[in-house]
Formats: sequence, C-alpha cells, structure tokens
Amino acid sequence: MNKPLRRIAIFCGLLVLALLIRDNYLQYVEAGQLASNKDNRRVSIERYANPRGDIIVDGNPITGSVESTGRQFKYKRTYKDGPMWAPVTGYSSQAFDGSQLEKIDDGILTGNDDRLFFRNTLDMITGKTKQGGNVVTTLNAAAQKAAYSGLAKQGGKGAVVALDPSTGKILALASYPSYDPSSFAGDRNSDAKAWNDLKSNKAEPMLNRALRETYPPGSTFKVVTAAAALENGLYKSADEQTDSPLPWIMPGTTTPLKNEGNIPCKNATLREALRWSCNSVFGKIGSDLGNEKMLDEAKKFGFDSEQFTPVRSNASVFSDNMNHSQTALSSIGQFNTAATPLQMAMVASAVANDGKLMKPYMVDKLQSSNVDTVEQTEPQEMSRPLTSANAQVLQDMMQTVVDKGTGTNAKIPGVMVGGKTGTAQHGVANSANPYAWFISYAKLPDGSSPVAVAVVIEDESANRDDISGGGLAAPIAKNVMQAVIQSKK
Amino acid sequence: MSSTTNSPTHHTSTIGAIGAPSRRNTELALLVFAVVIPVFAYANVGLAINNHVPAGLLEYGLGLGLLAGVAHLAVRKFAPYADPLLLPLATLLNGLGLVVIWRLDQSKLLQSLKGFSPAAPRQLLYTALGIALFAAVLIFLKDHRVLQRYTYISMFCALTLLILPLVPGLGADIYGAKIWIRVPGLGSLQPGEFAKIVLAIFFAGYLMVKRDALALASRRFMGLYLPRGRDLGPILVVWAISILILVFETDLGTSLLFFGMFVIMLYVATERTSWIVFGLLMSAVGAVGVASFESHIQTRVNAWLDPMREYQLSRQITHDGILHSDQLQQSLWAFGSGGTLGTGWGQGHSDLIKFAANSDFVFATFGEELGLAGIMAMLLLYGLIAERGMRTALAARDPFGKLLAVGLSGAFALQVFVVAGGVMGLIPLTGMTMPFVAYGGSSVLANWALIGILIRISDTARRPAPAPAANPDAEMTQVVRPS
Repeated sequence: MNKPLRRIAIFCGLLVLALLIRDNYLQYVEAGQLASNKDNRRVSIERYANPRGDIIVDGNPITGSVESTGRQFKYKRTYKDGPMWAPVTGYSSQAFDGSQLEKIDDGILTGNDDRLFFRNTLDMITGKTKQGGNVVTTLNAAAQKAAYSGLAKQGGKGAVVALDPSTGKILALASYPSYDPSSFAGDRNSDAKAWNDLKSNKAEPMLNRALRETYPPGSTFKVVTAAAALENGLYKSADEQTDSPLPWIMPGTTTPLKNEGNIPCKNATLREALRWSCNSVFGKIGSDLGNEKMLDEAKKFGFDSEQFTPVRSNASVFSDNMNHSQTALSSIGQFNTAATPLQMAMVASAVANDGKLMKPYMVDKLQSSNVDTVEQTEPQEMSRPLTSANAQVLQDMMQTVVDKGTGTNAKIPGVMVGGKTGTAQHGVANSANPYAWFISYAKLPDGSSPVAVAVVIEDESANRDDISGGGLAAPIAKNVMQAVIQSKK
Repeated sequence: MSSTTNSPTHHTSTIGAIGAPSRRNTELALLVFAVVIPVFAYANVGLAINNHVPAGLLEYGLGLGLLAGVAHLAVRKFAPYADPLLLPLATLLNGLGLVVIWRLDQSKLLQSLKGFSPAAPRQLLYTALGIALFAAVLIFLKDHRVLQRYTYISMFCALTLLILPLVPGLGADIYGAKIWIRVPGLGSLQPGEFAKIVLAIFFAGYLMVKRDALALASRRFMGLYLPRGRDLGPILVVWAISILILVFETDLGTSLLFFGMFVIMLYVATERTSWIVFGLLMSAVGAVGVASFESHIQTRVNAWLDPMREYQLSRQITHDGILHSDQLQQSLWAFGSGGTLGTGWGQGHSDLIKFAANSDFVFATFGEELGLAGIMAMLLLYGLIAERGMRTALAARDPFGKLLAVGLSGAFALQVFVVAGGVMGLIPLTGMTMPFVAYGGSSVLANWALIGILIRISDTARRPAPAPAANPDAEMTQVVRPS
C-alpha cells in the first residue's frame, strides 16, 4: 500500500504548490493592479487617511479637511464658498471619487505623489504623519466673486472666464447654477441623496459651463473674422472701406444675409462694421477668404482643440469642408461654430496681448506640505493669431465698440476697454432664447493689459428682446475687470 | 498486490521499531513558539488599531498556553510516541485564527452590520471544547483499530449527518447553501465537518475488507484494469451520494471533498490507477451534469470566471433571481492590496468583504495583513500537517490505520486546497471553512478530533514493538537435523 500512498503524498504536495503559485501570481504579479483598481475601496480609504492638502487662491485655502465620523474614512473634504469655486476645485468625495483639480492633483493633495517621496521618507524617519501638499492656483478671489455674484444676481444659466492676457493665468472661472461639493463629500446616505439630486437636476448644476459647454458664439466671433481679414491682407486698416453690398446675397443661394435692424453696413469700414455688428460685412469677409483661411485663423486662436488648464476644456468648433454660404454663416458665429467661454476669453486675450496667445492655466505651482515648490508652471506662448500691428488695429476697433457701439455698458472710467457683444441664435428655426455674449479686455494707461474676460448667459426666463450681450453680459464683464484692476493696485 | 505489512528493510522511511525517541520535548519546545507567536500577533493588532496593547493580552496568552499545555500533557500521557509536529502546527493555526477573528471583531464596519456580536470569545470557547475533544480522543481511543468495529455504524452516522440539513425545521439555508442545522440553544452546526471523519472511518473499514476483491477481480483493457460490474457498486453509491449533496444541499465543497477522499482511499487500498481515472471521470461528469441545471453552481462558476462582472452585478438591482455577491472580488482585492509583505496586523481593510469575512473568507485577511510572505508560510503549515498525516499513514503497521490516516490527511489537504483556492480565485468558491483559522464551532471541533485521531495512529505506528516473545518452535527446529 505504500507506493500509492507516496503518490498521494506527492499529490497533496502538488495541491499546496498550486496554491503557492496562485498566491505568487495574485500577491506579486497582479498585486499592483488589484491594489489600485478604482473600485477597490482601499484607494479612497487611503486618500482620506490623512488631512488632504489645500487648494489655494490668493494665499488663502478655499478647501479644508475635517475629521470624519464615518466608519472607514478618517477625514472628509470641506469647501469654503463651494458653489463659487466648484468650477475650479471640482469635488473630492469619499463615495463618488473626485474631479478636476481634486482629481488631477490628487497625488500632491494626498501626499502620495512620487515627487513628495523624499519629503515623506524624511517625515517617516522623524516620526511625523504624512501630510498632503498644496495646489496654488492663479485665480483672483475678487474677480471670481464679481463673476459668480454677477451670474447669481442675473439668475440665468451662464459662465464667466477671465484671463491675464500677458501670461494666460486664469483669473476667474465661474459657472451658474453651481453646486456645493461639500454636500456629498462623505459617504453617508445624505451624501448619496445630495449627489443624486444634483445629477437629476434639470439645470445641470454640476456642468462646468466655463470649460465644458460650447455655445454658438454669435457676433463675438466677428473678432476672429476681422483678425482673419487683417492677417490675410484682405483689408489693411480699420478705416478702409470694405467691399460690402447691401443686401448681400450669400453665394450659391438667393438668401440675403440679414443684419439686426436698419444699420449702416453698406461698404462700412471694419471699425463701423464691428461697432454696428454688421452680419453682411463679416459674412462676406468669411466667404471671400474661404473656409480654409478662416479655419486657419480660428485654429490659431485655439478652436478645434481641447485645452488642458490642466482641467480639460472641450474643443470649440469651427468646421471645415463648408461651402461659401456656410462659411459666411460660420464667420458670424452661427451654423456649426461653437465656443466655450474659455475659448472666447482666449480670443479677447490674444488681441489684448498684441497678438500673442498665451496658453491658459490655473495652477501656478504645486507645493509640498512644508511649502517647498514641487512644480512651477511657467507662462507659455501658444500661438500668434495676429501680428502686433494688426492686433493694435483690432484693439482700436474693439475700443470703438465699447466707446460708442453696442458695448457701452462695459465702460470703466480711466481705463481703455475693448469689447464685442454677441447675441447668438439657436434652437430649431432660432425659436429658443438666444445666448447673450460679451468678450472684452481692459488696458491700463501704461499700456499693459491685466485682464480679458468672456461672459455668456443663457436665459430661458428673460424676455427675448432683453437679451443682448451689451445689456446682460457686459455689466458682469465690467465688474470682473474692475475687480482685477482694483486688486492690482 | 500489496502486502498488508511492510518490512522495514525495504522502506527506509518507515520508522524503525527499536529505540524510537518519543520526541515529546521537541513537541513542547515547538508548542512554546505556537503559543508565543499568536500572543505577539494579538499585541500587534491591539497596537495597530487602538495604539495600546490589548487589555486581555495576559488572559489570552495564559488561556492559549493552558489549552496547549493540557493538549500536550494528554499526548505525553496517552500517546507518548505520537508525531511531534501535528499538535504545535494545529495550535499555531488555531491561535492565529483567534487573533484574526478578534481583529475583525474590532472593525467598525463589521460592527455596524446587522446581527453582529463579537466572535472571538465564542471561538475561544470552541477552541477549549476542541482541545477537550482532542484529549478525549486520546484518552478513550486507546487503539484506533477499535474503530474498525464500527464500520457500518459509521456509514449510518455519516449518512444521517449528511441528511440532517435537509430535515425540515432543523436545516437552515444560509446564503444558498443548505449545510447547516440549527440546534436550539446551541446555535448552528455544520454536520458535514463531522461527517468527514466518520466517513473516513467507514471507507477505511470497508476498503480494508474489500480491497482484494476490488483489486484482483478485474479485466485488463487498454492498459487499465476494469473492475467487475458488482465491484463498481460502492463507488457508484458514494458518487450518487455526492451528487445528491450537490443537488439538494447545493454544497460543491462537501461533495467534492467526500468523493475525492473516497477516490484517494480506494486508490491506496487497491493500488489500481484505473480507480483514479474512473474517479476523475465520474466527478467531471457529475459536476458538469449538475452545473448544467443548478443555478447556484452556475453563479459560483460565473463569479469565478469574471469576478469583476459579479462585483458590478452585486452593486445593481438585478432581476435574474440570483443573489450576486461581491465577496470574491473583495477577497481578490484584499490579497492584491496586501502585496508581498502585507499591511501588517490590524492595518488592512479586509472587513470590506463583510459577510463571512471571519469564516469562509478569513484567509483573505491573512492575505492582506501578512502578505505573500505570510500566506506562503501558512500554506506550508497546512502542507506540513497533511504531509505529517501521510507520513503517519506510511508508518502505520495496519492497513486500517494506513487507510484512515491517508483518508483524513487527504481530506484535510483537499479542504485546504478547495477553500484557499476558492478565496484566491484559483477554483470556484465552494463555501467551506479554512481548518483551524476560520470562525465556527463545528469546524474547530471536527479538526481537533481529526488531529487527535492522526496522533493516535502515529503513536501506535511509532511505538516500539514489544520485544519479540521467544519462539516456542525455535528449539524444536534446532532439534530436527538431517544427519
């Protein structure tokens, strides 16, 4: 009986060997993948095991951490003025993961980032608990407050983006209606309820309209078309008469491109055409230049590509393969053309910065817990949509719009303001309420330009006639610009 | 044809009959480690979770030491030549199991679940009862061959134990497996754990008698010995019973364990490889056949093939009438998060497994907190118990003892494989408990009894043979000389 017995003994050994091999595979080969799986609760437990680092605006944290009363998580995220800052911070929730800066810079905020390795090792040796680092943003608290309260007072959906034209720093990034990320930061039933309520809310409060919603830009896009006309040498100066019949029949159609009301657009100069917002003039410019040249210029301003600030912004749209009449409509911000508020702020900022477009960014630097800089963002030139000379021509034209055109509501005493209004039609047969746009920049007497801003408001409750960029959006832009100028003093 | 006795000269591994040391002091020294290691582990859990040494450390250490001491004295007195490794190995595993169960008692998540009550004090009580049963086996079972007399009574007992969970009013369906009975005032019992031992006794007794018939009366066909039709009877009966367990109690593990144990013992008894081939074929046919219509088994197999999908399903409301569970995926995450060295005692999150975290899935907590290193050590401890059992079978001088020892240790090894393989995703989950470390009275009691019987057989095997009596024929032989 001993021979089969020995074989059975070997068989039992093989059973144990199979388990050992499986265990090595599980706990060595697959371990990393299992440990970092997004559904593995340990990932979020670890994220809240220590107080999270903060997101900082103007030297003050806009986030915080409190000890959590929950069963698994030690700390919980808190936010100051949550709804106002939500488009910047995103959220960090025990139950619902995270988004935007909270997610992108999670490694720094939790202190798990490889770049903090040395610091963590030191802390471990000296017996200090691990602490998260901070994310220092480029935002301007006063401008953000002006933007958010302006939107809130107006009451409709909308968004504001303000940039520093010379660096690309994002100064304000507001979206309305917004949400308080504190309301679902935990993992209790109340958090789940708040989350579900927000997700099912028809007004989409969790949509970051400043970066993730594209609107037809309407007349504000005429700034891009004017830039294309100057850059391509179609017209040389602001005061040269254009070749613009009235009515102008779109090529290949029998339809005239209509203007809003009876305005002096026949053979108007670029300055007058922008001042009165002549569809016929800019439509014809787009058609004359053709799809390709318009697309080139739009792309130089950043259209058709996503921006990473580092929070991703949707790509704005200017189509290709369009015929002349479609190009004409697109050149006045209709047809397929769509832009995020960030995109239109970039247009204003490139003009204000003498034709140089700076890459927009909102993280100035990443710090370790003892405020050593881990990473510093340097301003970066993205493209040159305009020569310096052409940019100054366009500035001149945009200042006329604010001085005596459709944008007078944005005037600031002692400051040169250039801008452009827009009222974009949308919906089936333009039946829905139009969007009110305003883009502008401010130029100080010393020639520097501290701020460019884009405001969009989609108001379903307002009277259709009341909606015009100049009426609804320009006052908010003005307040934001003033806030930035005030805070520079 | 096998010989029923072995000549020591042919097999060097067989213990020589003369001058074998008792090894009781080796056992005592090992037992000290087996008690001290869990005590340190216990202190470690307390420090990790509450930042102080647990208040009950002294009592716990003394308690475990006392139990180990009693067991050791029982062995020293009643089985002085027993294998010195079995008792320390079982004590170490049982001690570590107590620590992990206490550690899971500290989890706030598990405490918040419905029906929570601390399991560690009860497990300590079961351990005490288990060691009492172990001592009782040594005291009252002077010679394992006595069990041979109860061959058919054992069969009857085993069948009764297996059928009990199906008796209305007594059986309890817990999460799809009907392997429990409720005893008023005592709580739940898993009769299958005891049936394992009783069946091994029946098989050993039965096969010892029938092995010659099974081995010899056969025709040779394609290199295999085909048994006669009527000799196929017993294996068919055991097979049928396993299938019935599978169908009516939906218990894949117990079914597999019993059939596997029978095939192993049949092979050892007859030395016929053909029985193994038949056994494998029949279990394959049975498992596939039952799985084709039993949704509970299908769910287990699907969960094994794609644990992540099962996890997702468990998060949603499904209308397929199946209870989807995230346990397997949670268990795999626990192992993976433990990595090579583990998180350390008390610092893992295996409580996320929630239900059965301290019983069927207790191994995942070891995996997370002790890591690959700890699990490999534990698997080797289990392997050692099984192999010491095999060695006892080799050393045993009587066929009944050999068969019983190989049956018990083979079943032990199979159970470890099925449970550990299940929670590590090597094979489908079966819902059995890891011997000694899992929470559960039936399991602890049955496994201590199993170790007791193995120790009894090994004592008999290693005991020096009495000095040969003078051969009364010897002189006579000398007288008759051809001269």
